[in-house]
Amino acid sequence: MRINKNAKKKRNLWKGNYDLYLFLLPAVIVIFLFSYLPVYGILLAFKEYSVSKGILGSAWVGGKHFMRFFSSTYFPLLMRNTLMLSLYSLAVGFPFPILLALLLNSIRAKRFKKTVQLVTYAPNFISTVVMCGMILLFLSPRAGMLNKILEAFGRESVNFMAKASYFPHIYVWTGVWQNAGWNSVIYFAALSGISPELHEAAMIDGASRYRRILHIDLPGILPTAVVLLILNMGNLMSVGYEKVYLLQNNTNIATSEVIATYVYKMGIVNNDISFSTAVGLFNSLVNLILLVTVNWVSGKVSENSLW
Amino acid sequence: MVRGKRRKHLDGDKMFLAVCYVFLVGMLAITFYPLYFVVIASVSDPAKVSAGAVTFWPVGINLAGYKAVWEDSRIVRSFLNSVVYTATGTAVNLLLTVPAAYALSRPDLRGRKFFMIYFMIPMFVSGGMIPTYFVVRQLRLLNSMWSLILPVGVSVYNLIIARTFFASTLGKELLDAARMDGCSNTRFLLWIGLPLSKAIIAILVLYYGVSHWNSYFTAMLYISDAKKFPFQLVLRELLSQSQQVTGVMQDQAQLLYRQQLSELMKYALIIISSLPVLG
Repeated sequence: MRINKNAKKKRNLWKGNYDLYLFLLPAVIVIFLFSYLPVYGILLAFKEYSVSKGILGSAWVGGKHFMRFFSSTYFPLLMRNTLMLSLYSLAVGFPFPILLALLLNSIRAKRFKKTVQLVTYAPNFISTVVMCGMILLFLSPRAGMLNKILEAFGRESVNFMAKASYFPHIYVWTGVWQNAGWNSVIYFAALSGISPELHEAAMIDGASRYRRILHIDLPGILPTAVVLLILNMGNLMSVGYEKVYLLQNNTNIATSEVIATYVYKMGIVNNDISFSTAVGLFNSLVNLILLVTVNWVSGKVSENSLW
Repeated sequence: MVRGKRRKHLDGDKMFLAVCYVFLVGMLAITFYPLYFVVIASVSDPAKVSAGAVTFWPVGINLAGYKAVWEDSRIVRSFLNSVVYTATGTAVNLLLTVPAAYALSRPDLRGRKFFMIYFMIPMFVSGGMIPTYFVVRQLRLLNSMWSLILPVGVSVYNLIIARTFFASTLGKELLDAARMDGCSNTRFLLWIGLPLSKAIIAILVLYYGVSHWNSYFTAMLYISDAKKFPFQLVLRELLSQSQQVTGVMQDQAQLLYRQQLSELMKYALIIISSLPVLG
């Protein structure tokens, strides 16, 4: 009897809710077309694509394109550059927002706090194109601000963008400049969730500010930090190629060519469709494996994980 | 004794605060100055900027940079293109995201878990650049405004933010009360839900709008007709163009002036392109 009633209730809900499915439909279709359908295009990586035969009609070649990529002289170079840029970005770009949030959280001057937040958020909204334009302007060997400063100190001006060894530093530190402020927002949110009673109790026990940060604030934001770290690891291989591409030139290509920019050049510019799909697939696979592994390790070690 | 201990800690705190302030003031200066410099350089005398004479305020007010930008028809056209793309794109984004997010926020939606997983998977698995390009080409969207709008129609990240907001704002009681009066889901969302969700709509407009305005890579992939270029793509050419002017036998002074003007134009362009977003 009771079960029957429940079933009836459920059916009624279902009946009244058909429009919810209409709400979902457009988004489901768009995601299907542009996120799921391309997955089927991965077949291209195992075929020799020819325009006349189409994706399905083209001949299977198995792992040929992967072998070609792994044995090419570019492979070690691309791997090194990609990992260099992403690990360096992670090493600097990940702790910086945490530091900013912790320090800003521990001072009391409200207006100063607001000002720092507002100003450090701003660069996040600058487009990649403009950001790179600014980098080129400031680092320009002839009239760039940085070289004017060097000259003022009696040093010779440096053509920063033409030196391959400078590229990783330029890429990473301008990234910190642009994103550290905005990325700290999420840590502020986590910090505001920490009960003030904890701090009061610690203060009565005579704990210094520094120790309170270490023993109250830091553990408080740790779960957030771990989740973000896992997500970042899952994106390790996809460095911000839009920015890398814009900062690339013939003189710094030795450190600035990464897998994604290579895929673009081989696929869209050189029209080597199958090969570049294979390279892209390799890239996403490494990402996925990293994500799953790091998530698993983190689940074991700290009980923080995505699923 | 206790007092002494306290005192020591307070001194430690003072030191710590001092370090804090030094760091934060440093951050503030380093972030603010480049932005400020672009503003003052864009209205200064180009020769003075090139000579490094502009440091804290504009020198020899000069609007030549802005004038040159205004007179370049390519810039004006692409700017207008971008306005259209951004407005249309953001509207489409909202039409796709808001209803779906609301549906997903309803605990009584059957198959909710399935739909959540369906939307989450693309965050981690994707076909990549080339297969997506193929789909866009297959759908005959190449070289059309829709190639910049539909592939990024739903950002799963924004969808989840909106869903979380709806779940906490539009509670069950509200829905039950509306249902008593015979209100359908559609009417509930339109007449009760949306007016209560202005905050999240504003956030979505901001996030989606900024990403449309700032994107260049999709346009580089999908748009080849120069008349349809968005602003960022034209900007890219202008900002990274080499400083050599390819005129034949121009006299030295004029060459130099044109070089400096093109630098000035870059500062002006940076301001113009960032105003809609930062303003």
